[in-house]
Amino acid sequence: MASNGEPILQVRDLVKHFPLNQGIVVKRQIGAIKAVDGVSFDLHRGETLGIVGESGCGKSTLAKLLMALETPTSGSVRVAGNDLAHAKGAELKRIRRNIQMVMQDPYTSLNPRMTVGDIVGEPFEIHSEVAPKGDRRKKVQDLLEVVGLNPDHINRYPHQFSGGQRQRIGIARGLALQPEIIVCDEPVSALDVSIQAQVINLLERLQNEFDLAYIFIAHDLSVVRHISDRVAVMYLGKIVEIGKDTQIYDRPTHPYTQALLSAVPVPDPEGRENRERIILQGDPPSPANPPSGCRFRTRCWKAQEICAEEEPLLQIRPGADHPSACHFAEVHDVVHAS
Amino acid sequence: MTNPAPAVDTHLLPADSGPPGTEPLLAVDNLHVEFKTRQGLVRAVNGVSYALNAGETLAVLGESGSGKSVTAQAIMGILDMPPARIPKGEIRFRGTDLLKLSESARTQIRGQQIAMVFQDALSALNPVFTVGWQIAEMFRVHRGLRKKAAYAKAIELMDRVRIPAARQRVNDYPHQFSGGMRQRIMIAMSIALDPDVLIADEPTTALDVTVQAQIMELLAELQRESNMAMILITHDLGVVADVADKIAVMYGGRIVENAPVHDVYKNPAHPYTKGLLESIPRVDQKGQELYAIKGLPPNLLDMPSGCAFHPRCPFRQDDCVTDVPPLHAISGTRSSACHYWREVLDGVER
Amino acid sequence: MSNSTITASPAENTKPEKAKKPASLWSDAWYDLRHSKVFLFGAALALLLVIIAAFPSLFSSVDAFNPSTCDLSRARDGIESAHWFGSDNLGCDTYSRVIYGARVSIIVGIVATLATSIVGGFLGLLAGFYGKWTDVLLSRVAEIFFAIPSILGALLILAVIGRDNAGIGSVVLALSVLAWPLVLRIMRAAVITTKSQDYVLAARALGAGPVRIMVRHILPNAVAPVIVVTTMNLGVFIAAEAALSFLGVGIQSPDISWGLMIADSRNRFLEAPAPLLFPALFLSITVLAFVMLGDAVRDALDPKLR
Repeated sequence: MASNGEPILQVRDLVKHFPLNQGIVVKRQIGAIKAVDGVSFDLHRGETLGIVGESGCGKSTLAKLLMALETPTSGSVRVAGNDLAHAKGAELKRIRRNIQMVMQDPYTSLNPRMTVGDIVGEPFEIHSEVAPKGDRRKKVQDLLEVVGLNPDHINRYPHQFSGGQRQRIGIARGLALQPEIIVCDEPVSALDVSIQAQVINLLERLQNEFDLAYIFIAHDLSVVRHISDRVAVMYLGKIVEIGKDTQIYDRPTHPYTQALLSAVPVPDPEGRENRERIILQGDPPSPANPPSGCRFRTRCWKAQEICAEEEPLLQIRPGADHPSACHFAEVHDVVHAS
Repeated sequence: MTNPAPAVDTHLLPADSGPPGTEPLLAVDNLHVEFKTRQGLVRAVNGVSYALNAGETLAVLGESGSGKSVTAQAIMGILDMPPARIPKGEIRFRGTDLLKLSESARTQIRGQQIAMVFQDALSALNPVFTVGWQIAEMFRVHRGLRKKAAYAKAIELMDRVRIPAARQRVNDYPHQFSGGMRQRIMIAMSIALDPDVLIADEPTTALDVTVQAQIMELLAELQRESNMAMILITHDLGVVADVADKIAVMYGGRIVENAPVHDVYKNPAHPYTKGLLESIPRVDQKGQELYAIKGLPPNLLDMPSGCAFHPRCPFRQDDCVTDVPPLHAISGTRSSACHYWREVLDGVER
Repeated sequence: MSNSTITASPAENTKPEKAKKPASLWSDAWYDLRHSKVFLFGAALALLLVIIAAFPSLFSSVDAFNPSTCDLSRARDGIESAHWFGSDNLGCDTYSRVIYGARVSIIVGIVATLATSIVGGFLGLLAGFYGKWTDVLLSRVAEIFFAIPSILGALLILAVIGRDNAGIGSVVLALSVLAWPLVLRIMRAAVITTKSQDYVLAARALGAGPVRIMVRHILPNAVAPVIVVTTMNLGVFIAAEAALSFLGVGIQSPDISWGLMIADSRNRFLEAPAPLLFPALFLSITVLAFVMLGDAVRDALDPKLR
């Protein structure tokens, strides 16, 4: 995908700490959950950036920050040059038109008391300048058709649809304001396997049709590989490795990326006995109290003293062609080796 | 009870891949389960048969509503009846039909010989008792051990499922453990009494991939150690490919394909299996547009006539709409519930 | 393999679009209610009582508000053909007084319920939605009222108002002042649950303002428990009114209230039980009707509780 020109989304040093308070009458901050801790990346028009990581790595908080549903502790999110993180009122509302989201759970993300027409049409009611009142019904029906739903079902309620169809309703709502960026937070993980492919294909078709840029957040590395042009791997609030999909999947350099990739089951029993598996020990540490230096060092088989003392920066390391936050970064293909 | 679907003679089929003449360890035979709901009768399981031998891993693959979990619950005898009902079928364990046993006899088998691991370990564990107490209870109730001996056994088991610092953590409560550790505790409880069969119902669905890898490795190891048979219920084609010996693919309450694992992935014999395999993205290659099975999974209250998959099937012919396909034997170890399994194997779509 | 024996029903795939299935969750609940015997019975009783309250003259030829219909010479007479429920201490017809007494009960019940639901519901919505100091302030005030034992509190309030000013208005006031915090707490809890739902997040991501989020997204999804409590409160307030009137601080003669009638007849209960039993019976039936309604409404709105 062409990555020339000004990025449509620029994220710089984004930090979100949730304070941990103690005391009932006088609240005292005793610490903070460092959910997102210094994340930077660019996204270009028409491009898909996949963000992978396990639960607790901060990817969902990142999604909320990108949607201005949380206020960052520091850092900036610039959508087409406008700082979303510090905008307020009418300006924020204007910027929002350009960045929309598709949520994970199609069962909870649609208001059960509203009809499909009301749900998909709500963006037009909030941003009344986008579509004059008389056109709205027609626009909603067009949107339903675009996402592959029957436009005649405009008066039905969400519970009359299946999970996959509901996710299409959520996508139609996200498309209504014709945004340039859509943040997809685990958009297929709640769906049945046979439905996932339908929704992924729909997202890809819409991307081509409307030149959308996606932030695609997921824990399923196979799905992310399929849809992404570039991929960022997160661990405990930080990006540990970022690069083109082939760079991350075929030439990973960070030990965590390698462990993550080797743990993904491949749907092919041939040669399963010889497949390399890096089984990580233990659980990720708490984001309230991350390890010093490199955050992955407590579970890393390469860890040395320097890892505890010095935090590895996300930069291109010798022998690699993309940034990695490891002192001992080294290309090692775990997916194809056997 | 009249079943409107044409009777399918499952006895024509290869019941089992085990040595001929011997009864398999566990055999489900023509099992039917239905639920009475306010909307009507839901036929969740319609004539499911599978068998498994000691040391084997059978993966039961299916989407939500395919009947894979209900079958497992029927084997365990933990279905709520009513609303559930088993109008016909047999579940034979070591040759005895479990469905004919008294409740007290089944309780003896449940947990001791057939055990189960659930998807959601947090809700399967009792929040008000320590994990040590809950594991030790298995020994107190079933083995009559004293409190102290039972606790010692509990610590031993926690070690065996690799919970770090088991001795210190034995008095912790479930919520003090991470998701992966809770699943280990569930596994410890299920293997406490050395069962012959372990049923794992989506054991890793709620877990991250690195933790999933840990748990699957643990299960495989425990299985090797004790020659336990395992039924792995899942929707994840990747996990199945990693651990299963044979697969039963379920759709709409029936088994649509039954085969050794390598055969299925190399050359599926049912259009549904074939569609599933083609529709999943893979981590080791970047594909083009995904193949998508069109349409929606069937509504159990309003099942399609004939073959339940016919509305979504690229191989459909006229008789698929009218005739329920029986499980055709393809070879001694394979079967497919598709009228046109030859065409599916050859990949000739209509 | 031969399947020639199969004579399955011809595949007529004429799937009738089942139009009978109701669409919205509200109409779904309404559908459940219409098919609930408890609801139908409770609703019929409640409707009857409301009609009695509105048009008592339809049910009794004797105007109980008119003291000249009483006849002291018939005081404490038993049941007779002209006086089905007998006569009270002053020789008034018990039946007509019971019929005319329904009005006070129904008015107190409805007005107090409306007042508490509107005030408590609105403040609960604000407290739950805005949280922080709004919530702290409103919740603390509510807790203060909540801490007062209700009958004692109502006695106190009515004592301050004084017997001379006592009447329907003061009873409604006393009950409402003490009962709104319950509605606030229920509303607040429901709003807090609803506020964190994904669809509310989605609306915020679209740029929806607080009023739109409260009115379109939170209120319709959080109001169900308040409706349930409101229905049940009707019965509770009617019983409370009777209790206060019985204690002498509520409705005063010459107004007619079931509680007052019970109080007037209690000393002569053994010789003339009818003037006490019949208002008590009506009171019980009324409270029961509204409790049944509340039960049915709860079942319909929250099928998980069934």
